[in-house]
Amino acid sequence: MTAEEWQVVWFTAWVSALSTLVILPFGIAVAWVLARHEWPGKSVLETVVSLPLVIPPVATGLILLKLLGRRGPIGKYLHDTFDLEIVFTWRAVLIALGVMSFPLLVRSARVAFEQINPRLEQIGRTLGASNLRVFFTISLPLAKRGIIAGMILAFARALGEFGATIMVAGNIPGQTSTLSLDIFQAVQLGNDAHALRMLGISIALAFAAVFASELILRRKRI
Amino acid sequence: MRLVLDNVHVQLGDFVLEVTAELNGDVIGIVGPSGAGKTTLLDVVAGIRRPNAGRVAMDERVLSHAAQRLFIPTQRRQIGYVPQDLALFPHLSVRKNLLYGRNGRDDQNSLFTLEHVTSVLQIESLLGRGVEQLSGGEKQRVAVGRALLACPKLLLLDEPLSNLDAKLRAQILEFLRRIRSEFHIPMLFVSHQREEIDALCNSVIELERGRKVT
Repeated sequence: MTAEEWQVVWFTAWVSALSTLVILPFGIAVAWVLARHEWPGKSVLETVVSLPLVIPPVATGLILLKLLGRRGPIGKYLHDTFDLEIVFTWRAVLIALGVMSFPLLVRSARVAFEQINPRLEQIGRTLGASNLRVFFTISLPLAKRGIIAGMILAFARALGEFGATIMVAGNIPGQTSTLSLDIFQAVQLGNDAHALRMLGISIALAFAAVFASELILRRKRI
Repeated sequence: MRLVLDNVHVQLGDFVLEVTAELNGDVIGIVGPSGAGKTTLLDVVAGIRRPNAGRVAMDERVLSHAAQRLFIPTQRRQIGYVPQDLALFPHLSVRKNLLYGRNGRDDQNSLFTLEHVTSVLQIESLLGRGVEQLSGGEKQRVAVGRALLACPKLLLLDEPLSNLDAKLRAQILEFLRRIRSEFHIPMLFVSHQREEIDALCNSVIELERGRKVT
């Protein structure tokens, strides 16, 4: 393995882990709201959350590009206010990975919250606990396994993300190149040995993540 | 204690609970067949379920009044609730379950200390255990102890003797009598067995299909 190859592996691993951590509080909040509340427009939120799973990743990437580009509403604001560039930087990779893996985290966490007997939370309140205390001392600990499994799935999804990332971040060696982008480029350039090495690492990382997720789901308690 | 249910109306799908009653006594029984609305009524008193109409008051304190949009949230009612499935927190030890309602508060009332409550309920030896390791009768007593340690002004007991054999039923009934004499907390006791109600309660209302029949 060359230094450049290690750099791609390291960049992919940390940006995937960071994107999972960034989406975690939002994912838990959305999952809890969907699991515990009913309101007339609920199905709209459910659909929006699931959209990245069903629309082509390059389409999601294009939406992000239009929003985050220097002429896009969010990108223009960030550039003019904070002098912050998003597209074609590592930040764009982070956002693309987060958006694409968000539905997996929400789905897993939502199921975990739905499986908690609501009576436990109600009785917590009769004992004088605030809604926040009930959430942090009853709901969250009991949903912990599902949330961790969702995080691992989101991380695994982020590791393999391609379409949205290439649209919004490009494939700039040493800056935005992830495992998937690197494999694609290596195949295009006919560098099969390099592509196969990166393929092996991709499979090993994804296998370890999904295997860990399965182990967590099988264990009775962690 | 005086519990006033004034034109309380709760709609749950096809089921409608409509009750007007003034309940007086230390231990008030609610009797009725399955589906009569007994648990729904307890949920309304505890503040878990919000009535569509009507007024609920305990002594001089109005707990909810739909017309005035008044609703005291569950957390502020100081009403202990032992539900039928007990709802012990499975991830916490018996000690942590019991102390959940204390939330770091000092014992202002020496009657409601962990030592006294566990002694009355004979659960001192269970404190270090997980709730999954307890028998049915032990779980029942831990759930009652947890509610008592939050210093409630009223204790709601939803079928506390169901799913217990005759020996355990007699034992738990004895514990409930001790709670009544030791802690002087008024109780609302739900059962579908008239003899259980008669053994403990000094006033009774009977529900059938969401309405009071006696």
